[in-house]
Amino acid sequence: METKATVIRDENSETAELRINMGPQHPATHGVFRMVLTLDGERVVTVEPHIGYLHRGSEKLTEGENFQQITTLFDRLDYISNFNNEWVYVRTVERAMEVEIPERAEFIRIILGELNRIASHFLFYGTYGLDIGAMNPVMIGFRERERIQALFEGVSGARMMHNYFRVGGVKEDLPDGFVPAINALLEHLKKGYEDAKNILTESEIFIERTAGIGALDAERTLDYGVTGPVLRAAGVDYDIRKADPYSMYSDLDFSVPLGSHGDCYDRYMVRMLEIEQSIKIIEQCIRRLPDGPIQGKVSRILRPPEGDFFVHGENPRGDLGVYLVSTGGTVRPYRLKIRGPSFSNLMALSSMMEGAYLADSTVILGSLDIVLGEVDR
Amino acid sequence: MNISDYISIFAIVFVMFNGILGSVLVVIYGERKVLARLQQRIGPSRTGPWGILQTLADAVKLVLKEDIRPQNSDRIIFYLAPLIIFTPIFMLWVVLPFGSGLVLGDIDLGLFYVSALLGLSVVGMVAAGWSSNSKYAMLGSARSAAQLISYELPLILSILSVGLFAQLFTDNPFNLSSIVNAQAGLPFIFVMPLAFVLFLIGGLAETARIPFDIPHADEEIVGGAFVEYSGIRWGAFQLSEYTGLITMAFLASILFLGGWSGPFSDKFVWLQPFYISSKTAFIILLAFWIRAPLPRLRIDQLMAFAWKAIIPISFANFILVSLVVFIGDRISLPIFQIQLILGLLNLISMIALAYLLTSRRKRRLAVYRERWGEK
Repeated sequence: METKATVIRDENSETAELRINMGPQHPATHGVFRMVLTLDGERVVTVEPHIGYLHRGSEKLTEGENFQQITTLFDRLDYISNFNNEWVYVRTVERAMEVEIPERAEFIRIILGELNRIASHFLFYGTYGLDIGAMNPVMIGFRERERIQALFEGVSGARMMHNYFRVGGVKEDLPDGFVPAINALLEHLKKGYEDAKNILTESEIFIERTAGIGALDAERTLDYGVTGPVLRAAGVDYDIRKADPYSMYSDLDFSVPLGSHGDCYDRYMVRMLEIEQSIKIIEQCIRRLPDGPIQGKVSRILRPPEGDFFVHGENPRGDLGVYLVSTGGTVRPYRLKIRGPSFSNLMALSSMMEGAYLADSTVILGSLDIVLGEVDR
Repeated sequence: MNISDYISIFAIVFVMFNGILGSVLVVIYGERKVLARLQQRIGPSRTGPWGILQTLADAVKLVLKEDIRPQNSDRIIFYLAPLIIFTPIFMLWVVLPFGSGLVLGDIDLGLFYVSALLGLSVVGMVAAGWSSNSKYAMLGSARSAAQLISYELPLILSILSVGLFAQLFTDNPFNLSSIVNAQAGLPFIFVMPLAFVLFLIGGLAETARIPFDIPHADEEIVGGAFVEYSGIRWGAFQLSEYTGLITMAFLASILFLGGWSGPFSDKFVWLQPFYISSKTAFIILLAFWIRAPLPRLRIDQLMAFAWKAIIPISFANFILVSLVVFIGDRISLPIFQIQLILGLLNLISMIALAYLLTSRRKRRLAVYRERWGEK
């Protein structure tokens, strides 16, 4: 499993290291990420990640927007899991203003957030298959994600940039026929999940390519501040939905899949099993979805009190934290700091990649499942 | 030779060349359609009825594109490299028979000619990669040199075992037409299934198709040796790649599937090209089918697969065939008994190999099932 090939060298021949520039335009860097690799033959010696090609100054922009408007900026951070981003931001303001959220709104948020997690993991599944060279997974991944997005469009009016979560609740109630639609969707998703599993999970080439590759043990992942599936693949039981429960998660029955080796295969498996758990959560939420208001009592103009507030939530990629400094009485934040999981996970890249093969570099980068919109902000 | 000879040669070459070009267009369209069906897509559907003009439109686009040469690249070799890859693949078609007597040059050492020309494409790959003055291209050409050389051995060994076995039927065992005639009773795939499988694996690797498409892995080195080429030169690479696929499939059908022979092929000669092209199409379909779900191997795994598994098996198969042929010839067994013995031995070794592979797979999977709890 551990790939430790012995390199046979001719003492008399001279070899030189090769520096190649991977990205910002490269098919496997998931956006505009650039890394400069130093290669010794096919082996990676050093990796220098260069980020910032997609920097839009989101954090600074928040200081010029009203609190209601900032949600749209969060949609554009991690553009694969928009609902989860909005959710963390909205919760920050809610904590600052101590808003009561009606139960129906909480359940709607959980359903949409978990659906978005499934969509994100299916996208990961597809692109990861593509990183390894298989073409079929991406079709299945996008097919299932498309179904989820169609439902999102029915709920929020948009496929990706929803702007649907509001401080105190959600924008509007669920459309008519939502429950049958989501039940049908879940049936499709279960079938799609089985399809997906059959293609990659027990494929021998896939296991050969991912098992033992890019392994990070629990201690190193904690040192790097890695969160999310990458952390849980290393065996650390840290899921904010369990560790620091928010919304209704403490009432819901679900488990946190944990890996043991922290390699690319475990990261893949953690994400796949999280799809199962998310489906389970959604089913519980649909059963318990109450009637009632969808919006708590919030003033039209949001003016959080003076103070510092930090809220974090479990995004598909890990721990998304929002740190809000409010001077009190103003309609705009004084400072808003975002702690993005993709950014923190990316920091572990070079320690995973050094010594691996060039072909493994895309496999390792893919297993982190970064979204550059959030790395560069 | 007088002028009419030249004209007829030119006409034949012209027809052959354009026939191959046309069949490449068909194969590319077929690949896109078949892959699309395997992946629940529609595939090309807008250009012409059912999208059949799509590849033609792509080819026209490639011809019209600007021909770019990177700065500081080696001009002469850069321009020569597509031709170096392109020419030998087309030269192969001189000896490939479409029917009895339907062949341009029926030379006695056809098998040697084929294996010599198959080995030439690596020169073009290295030339293209080295002259482009690009690191990705160089990596790609180094990879393809390693891969093509490694997989040439099993390919040639399985070709040779066919020639070896054909000795029993003919005095001219390296001539492709007599190999086909030798299979009139029983195609060699039933006698030597192991050699057929080895040939297919070697052929897939030689044509650099998934799961062996390491030389131009799109997600790692973005196209490999061809990355700096554009327009018609890139098209020439693509063309020779697909021609290589067709050639491999054609060779497989000649060597193992009985070539042009089939029901009533003796009475109706016009059936012969039809038989051989449908056998070729079947092998090409097999390659598409393999391509759809499989991921790509890594270069060290590929090499380990070649040198630790495929090459020893090819040598063992070669020795097995030669032993059976030699001993059977010595004690002058009837040919059908030799066929039976060789077929049985092949079957036994295939079953043993399949058993070994599946038990290895089961052992490996058990590790991961245990890691993730009983599923």
